[in-house]
Parts: sequence; structure tokens; C-alpha cells
Amino acid sequence: MYSETVMEHFGNPRNIGIIEDADGVGEVGNPQCGDMMTFYIKVKDDAIDDIKFQTFGCVAAIAVSSIVSEMARGKKLAAAQKITKKAVAEALGGLPPNKMHCSNLGADALALAIKDYQEKKKGAVAPVA
Amino acid sequence: MKRIYLDQAAAAPVRPEVLEAMLPYFQERFGNPAAVYDLGTQVKDILEEQRGRVAALIGARSNNIIFTSCGAEANNLAIKGAALAHLKKGRHLVVSAIEHHSVLNSARFLEKFHDFEVTFLPVNRYGQVEPERLRKALTPATVLVSIQHASNEIGTVQHIAELAACCREQGVIFHTDAVATAGSIPIEVQEMGVDLLTLSGPPLGAAKGTGALYFRPQLRLVPQIHSGIQENGRRGGTENVPGIVGLGVVAELAKAELAERARHLKSLREHLVGGVKDRIPAVIYTGHPEERLPGHASFCFEGLEGEALIFLLSGQGIYANTGSACASKALKVSPTLCAIGLSPEVAQGSIVFTFSRDNLEEEVDDVLSELSQAVERLRSFSPVWRKRMAAASGG
Repeated sequence: MYSETVMEHFGNPRNIGIIEDADGVGEVGNPQCGDMMTFYIKVKDDAIDDIKFQTFGCVAAIAVSSIVSEMARGKKLAAAQKITKKAVAEALGGLPPNKMHCSNLGADALALAIKDYQEKKKGAVAPVA
Repeated sequence: MKRIYLDQAAAAPVRPEVLEAMLPYFQERFGNPAAVYDLGTQVKDILEEQRGRVAALIGARSNNIIFTSCGAEANNLAIKGAALAHLKKGRHLVVSAIEHHSVLNSARFLEKFHDFEVTFLPVNRYGQVEPERLRKALTPATVLVSIQHASNEIGTVQHIAELAACCREQGVIFHTDAVATAGSIPIEVQEMGVDLLTLSGPPLGAAKGTGALYFRPQLRLVPQIHSGIQENGRRGGTENVPGIVGLGVVAELAKAELAERARHLKSLREHLVGGVKDRIPAVIYTGHPEERLPGHASFCFEGLEGEALIFLLSGQGIYANTGSACASKALKVSPTLCAIGLSPEVAQGSIVFTFSRDNLEEEVDDVLSELSQAVERLRSFSPVWRKRMAAASGG
């Protein structure tokens, strides 16, 4: 049912955890409909310096979170924002069709974390200006 | 790696004595039971012998047993066959909200294509249909009521005799799906007062492709497989002789072993349930705590999702089932778990263990150890669990 890469990431998820003093936090999904992911990022020089996640969900949801965290680490924010669901599924060696949408939320959660960082930054700069 | 299989309700290995009994019917005794020469009549005699064995398991007469290809077919025949044979009475059906798909979808078929009205009866928090609710749902147009004997999802056993009595008072046909119970707990169709009863071979160690329907004498049924006069015209198609031979053997074994098996399964169940309650916080034991299948334990663990849990366990050689939405093709949470009032979020953490006579107490110890580790692991990175903990500590 799941590819070897999915099972490998599910068995050994990278970057699980939270960052207490995160620069940006993004949360998508809700436990009612199945999956929920929270991404935490630290940003340095406009790039993702550290990334952690927490996920409530199925095998696919956990593997997606894990691989997104790997794909994003070290990337410039602009590039990280461009990670697509399709690219995530491909990196995992494919996902079952019924899991393509519901569990493939990692890229959305990451994008929200980046957006959160950017808004916070704007907020921090604004009073000075 | 060791394998601990606790999904007996989904599939079971064919018992060795069953396989041995079946083997001659693939090559040596291959005759068609409908044939008039000896190669056929000998097989026909064997078939009838098995009908007697299956009937004996449920206290019925052999000429009231129809062999089918599975429990689902027997449920289809019971519901569509009985409803369509009694159209003059009316077009109203009552089924519980927690029936197997083969019952729910047969009812929906009649609703869609034959203008039936279907009442889906709610259940209480243990998953039981309350007789008073059933009584209120019956109308002069009610033809048939179908309520399962026990749920394979939550293990709860219904008070079938009481429910069947409500129907008999009103002249309504009563069907029960006993796939989860036949061979597990004693069944006497007369005492239960049922008109139709479904059973299935695989949970008992017969081959896949075996099932049977009991029907009360004289009850009319419209066949759902149209062909010749096999099964006295109630089910067309050449009988699955090897499968039926195996079904007969398991029926006899199940009857002989029933009490001992139930005692063993119940002790495994209680060991698991006690261990889970001792070791794992925030768990709901679903279904009725006592009025349940002897070899069935079902839980919902808060803060995690069941598909991930069963994959972690299967990685350790432990096989169980789940009613989580994520594990279903349609990605819908089990209707049974919703019907007993669990929130979709809690229902996501569902896991179901069904034991067989081959399971051992030591295996349950291994399961408890792996299960508590797996639950802890999934919760360790669950944002839902984190929020729950934060709320509990007031922070």
C-alpha cells in the first residue's frame, strides 16, 4: 500500500519535535477530519535554519511531514514556499490516490509557518517605521 | 520475527483438519452435486451431511440452511430476498445504524431501486439497540428488521431474543447477522426467535468463500442468484463443495469446542483489557464491558490515529484492526464508532483486537509491551496530545 520511502520515513521520522522560540509556526488540518500538522521554523539569513514538526495522523501524514522537513531545511524561504504537494508525493515514491489530498498537508503547514514568520517580522518592523 | 495475529475477525488460517477434509473434493470427488450419476450423488450426500452439521451449530434443521459464498451474500439474500418476497405487506425496513456494509447497502439498494423506506435505528453508548426504540420504529408497512447479533467493531452482543420478540408481536420478519457470534457464543435459533440468521465460515477456520443463511420453515425468499434449483431454488449456482465440506467440519468443531474456546478467549481479552487500563492513560474501552464477544477487545486511544498505530504494531509482527477514517478506502470514520457517540477525533484512535483459540497469554504480554510503546511514541509527536496535556495541566 505504501512505498518503501513512506514506510522508512514513518518508521524514522526526521525533525520531530517543537521549537519553543520558533520564528514561525504553521498549523493545518484538524483532528476531526483525520490529520493535523504543526510546523515550527527558525529563520537565519532568509533561510530555514531549523525546522521541527508535530503530526497527528496516519502513516502518510507522518511521512509527508518528515520529508517536507528534510526538503525545507537550509532552503531560502522563497524556495521553501515553492515546495508543492506533487513534489512531496514524488519524493516519497508516490502516495496512495486517496491520501494525495487529505494527508499531503506538509507543504501547506510549512507555507503557513513561513507566512507567520513574515507577518511577525513585518509587525516587528512596522512600529519603528 | 514472531507473528502475533489478532485480527481473527478479518481473516483466519484454514484449520488443518478442515483443509484435509476439503482436499479430496478438488480432484477425486469433483462431481457436480446436481448430476444424477454416482459421481454426483455421492457429493450431494456429502453436501447434505454438512448442511446437518451447520444446522446443528445453531439448533436448526438441516433443510433450513442455504449455503452461500460468504456472510455478505447471506445478508443480501436475507434482506433483499425476504423484503422482495413480502412486498404485499409493505415497503418499510428497519436496520440498526451499526450493521455490516452488506446489510446497510442491501437496505439502501431497496430504498433506491424498490421504493423502500429505511429506518436506521440509533444505538446506545454500548452499541445496543433498545427494544423500546425498535417497537416505536415499527409500522404496519414494516416488512423486515435486521439487527446484528454482535458487532465485529466494538464487540457488543445485542439482546436478540428481546428484539426478535418485538417483531414477532407485529408479524415482522427478523434477521440477525451472526457472522461475529456463530461458533463463538451459543446460538439456538428457536430460543432466539429469529426468522433469518447469517453465519460465515472464515472466522471459524473454514476457507474464504463460505457462508450460510438459516431461514425459518416456510419463510419465502426471492433468490438473489438466479439459476437452477440448487439450494431448493433459493440460491442458484453450483455449490462450492470443498468450501462447504470445510464449513461443515468447522461447524462441528466449533460446537464441540465452544465453551472451552470462549473461556480461553475471554481470559485473553481480560488480560489485554486489564493491562491496557493499567499501562496506558486516556483510553476508551469501546462497546459493552461485559455483554461482548469473548475474544474481542476494542479501544480508542486519545491523541493518535489508528492506522499509524496498526502499522507500528505490524512492524513488530503484531496484527490488529482499526476503524479510523484514514484506514478506510473512503476515508470515513466508522459509522459504528460515530453511532456510539464518540467524537470523530477520538474515533480516529480506534484499534480492534480479535483473538483466536491459538493465541497465548504470553502473546498478550508482548502486545501490551509493544502497544504501550507505540501509543507513547505516536503521542510524543502528536499536536493533539500536546494540546490535551497542556489543557490538563492548566497551561
